[in-house]
Amino acid sequence: MTETQYERKDFQSDQEVRWCPGCGDYTILAAVQNFLATIDVPRQNHVFISGIGCAARFPYYVDTYGMHSIHGRAPAIATGVATANPDLTVWVVTGDGDALSIGGNHLIHAMRRNVNIKVLLFNNQIYGLTKGQYSPTSEMGKRTKTSPMGSVDQPFNPISLAIATEATFVARTIDMDRTHTTQMLQAAYEHHGASLIEIYQNCNVFNDKAFIQLTGREERDRNRIPLVPGQPVRFGADNENGVIVDGSGARIVAVSDVGDAAIHVHDPTNPNPSAAFALSRLSHGPYGPTPIGIFRQVSRPTYEDLVQQQLVEAQAKKGPGELRELIRSGGTWMVD
Amino acid sequence: MTDSTLEAPQREKRDRLVLRFAGDSGDGMQLTGTRFTDASAVLGNDLATFPDFPAEIRAPAGTLPGVSSFQVQIADWDILTPGDAPDILVAMNPAALKANIDDLPQGGLLLINSDSFVDRNLEKAGYETSPLEDGSLDAYTVMTAPMEELTKLAVADTGVKGRATLRSKNFFALGLVSWMFNRPTEPIIDWVNQKFGPDDVIAKANVAAFNAGYNFGITTEEFHHLFDVEPAHLQPGEYTNITGNQAVAWGLIAGAQAAKLPLFYGSYPITPASSILEELARHKNFGVRTLQVEDEIAAVGVALGGSFAGHLGVTGTSGPGVALKSETISLAFQVELPLVIIDVQRAGPSTGMPTKTEQADLLLAMYGRHGEAPLPIVAPATPAEAYKAAVEACRLAVQYMTPVILLSDGYIANSSEPWCLPDIDAQEDFSKPFATADDATFEPYSRDPATLARPWAVPGTEHLEHRIGGLEHEDLTGNVSYDPLNHERMTQLRAAKIDRIAAGIKPVHVDGPESGDLLVVGWGSTYGAIRAGTRNARREGYSVAHVHIRHLNPFAPNLAELFDRYDKILVPELNSGQLATLLRAKYLVDTISYPKIQGLPFKAADISTKVVEVITGQSSSEEAPQ
Repeated sequence: MTETQYERKDFQSDQEVRWCPGCGDYTILAAVQNFLATIDVPRQNHVFISGIGCAARFPYYVDTYGMHSIHGRAPAIATGVATANPDLTVWVVTGDGDALSIGGNHLIHAMRRNVNIKVLLFNNQIYGLTKGQYSPTSEMGKRTKTSPMGSVDQPFNPISLAIATEATFVARTIDMDRTHTTQMLQAAYEHHGASLIEIYQNCNVFNDKAFIQLTGREERDRNRIPLVPGQPVRFGADNENGVIVDGSGARIVAVSDVGDAAIHVHDPTNPNPSAAFALSRLSHGPYGPTPIGIFRQVSRPTYEDLVQQQLVEAQAKKGPGELRELIRSGGTWMVD
Repeated sequence: MTDSTLEAPQREKRDRLVLRFAGDSGDGMQLTGTRFTDASAVLGNDLATFPDFPAEIRAPAGTLPGVSSFQVQIADWDILTPGDAPDILVAMNPAALKANIDDLPQGGLLLINSDSFVDRNLEKAGYETSPLEDGSLDAYTVMTAPMEELTKLAVADTGVKGRATLRSKNFFALGLVSWMFNRPTEPIIDWVNQKFGPDDVIAKANVAAFNAGYNFGITTEEFHHLFDVEPAHLQPGEYTNITGNQAVAWGLIAGAQAAKLPLFYGSYPITPASSILEELARHKNFGVRTLQVEDEIAAVGVALGGSFAGHLGVTGTSGPGVALKSETISLAFQVELPLVIIDVQRAGPSTGMPTKTEQADLLLAMYGRHGEAPLPIVAPATPAEAYKAAVEACRLAVQYMTPVILLSDGYIANSSEPWCLPDIDAQEDFSKPFATADDATFEPYSRDPATLARPWAVPGTEHLEHRIGGLEHEDLTGNVSYDPLNHERMTQLRAAKIDRIAAGIKPVHVDGPESGDLLVVGWGSTYGAIRAGTRNARREGYSVAHVHIRHLNPFAPNLAELFDRYDKILVPELNSGQLATLLRAKYLVDTISYPKIQGLPFKAADISTKVVEVITGQSSSEEAPQ
């Protein structure tokens, strides 16, 4: 980290933070504010765009430019901001309902276009702001006020979805793990292109302990699968487990059964997304061994750069637009 | 129409002529019509066009639903409409004849492609016997030409093969008509060569067919009947022929320049608005960003994002798209950012009749949002006027920091007319300077005392970091607020800002007597028919005036005083009476609604007939206009 002119307080707005006490959003907000103070981006060049939901209040609390917009549309509005001014650092703060339900269409298209926006997807697997209905990441059978007999909806796997949309940066982290969250923010910030970080975020009021398998003192060592670029994918209290990836997908093995050499070496930069996708299928929710880290990180021209490039090419070819000529371009005649 | 019996070409001078090209939607009738129109424009005629085509790209060939037509009126005087009924009908096949013959007055001239009147085509069109032989066309002057056979011969040496040889038959028809109407051939041939390249096989075939048609007219006695329509005496100036959608696109470019902002256009293809996106996409050298995005909601979303970042955000669509964008438009109103929304209306509801025109989105534009979110509404009256209307929409958006709705329609979008080019240098600069870092007193929701507009501080500006959003916020600071009195105050402030616009609007102009029996009030594309219809009635001695509204919200301040000066107020609209309702609600004036909801524009005769009925109190018919 380089020395910058900022401290965390420079990114704290004067507005009172009003999430429920104990909400995972507080730790994410602190991590983001701390992270922003460490990078060399002028405060006025950050823009936070959000939709609707608990997470969407985020921009009000960060002293940068921001817009709290409408449900699901943040990726579209952020696409407009980033395309109009590629010099800005544009963040989208969204939740599982906002991004994957009402806003699913905009999310997938922003990803495939590779708009240079950083999407922080706060996944708490529940609708919090509307007080506890099942969300598109809630597990099958989940009992909520709107699913008293259990949800019959197959949940999305946000990482699988993001990889399938041709996203160029896809990662997962956990609200409780400030260090890892900060590492993911740093990587997403450095990535030039659409970045999606799924953040497992605990809603202690409506869906408490949803991520206990990954955050509990007892459970986390056996269930967190750290994805480290260039390293074999191994996990467990004594690193006794590993992941192999072959034609039939990814599966968990005891390293002692297959030997070190058989363990998959993680490479998020592999142009072929198959291994990253296979890793994303190891879990379909935070209920057992679950990979954490960067799944995919590849390079592709960004949407706004391509848009900009066409403007430059058009001007080079035709010269700067001249309205006097344009209105005569269809042929004219004089009336005396 | 007289039979041509003289050997030397006989010239019949007309002050105006209405010509309709009709054929299968694959026959190129729209292209034929526009080429004829441009040649007439070069000649100096005044003109107005009416393209009419099916929504299906290629409905089954030879059937009635597949018929496409293009009507143009050319005149040596200042005309206002594409004409009520054609004087000359060009029918490329039996279905085109059947679909259009009822519009041709008795004695009208029919020009028919006789090659297509074979059993199979007659059957598809529902003819039991050939109308060319059974005497059913005796009331008309019928001219026939074997257009397909002659086209095949004409293109034989050009290199086109097989079925493609017949594709040029529309150019044969165009050549023949160009001869009959004494049109210059160069603009048409030049256009073909420019479009395809002079060495292209298709260009060669089209030019060969065009020349063959022209020469067929010269050498065939039957066609020695020439019509001359002299150049019109229009207001002096430099003219071009322009469609409404083209005018909107160019007006947006002009508006963005006057605002000193880059134009940022987000859109999703929809009939009849798509050609605005297509036109703007061609002009990236003007710094125009066109984003074709995943849906209508994203289209307005990216435009709003563009505005937030300091561009002029614009989104164009038709009624169904406006419905989808509604929530975002309310957000734009709430955060008070500039945004232009273009609604090229079409016959609805739902998919309705996408290629047919209607004015049924006025109340949608006026009220179609949740919460209280009044917006300025601007509506052009003619295709050429759409340029000025687009500039005006940009001005209001930027000066008042608000979304603005530009209400066009399918008729304006696709029709064309001569446009007297504006003086680009005379365009008023209406840019609004961004708030700057040294603005020590910056507050995101402080207001300009004259316009009530808030300041515009764009991301990237040091010291002015602030948050905006859909939640109700405090006056001045923009901080989220649920205070009851603040909400009332903000609601009233936002509405008052829109009302302030009225002071800067030009007074409406009355055509006709300053007071009298009847005032006809119109808006949008009905202009030509109402103006022509009321003038016709006035010539017959009726006391009737016409006022056409360009600003539908807020209304021009002098509108109210007009209503007291006339005994009756008639409001013709291509809807069930939406403006009539607005005027009643706002001015307590007893409007008489005159609706037409057929996907077709009014005819001048519809209006003059209704005017006479209303003034005399004698109704010749209770039926809807035909």
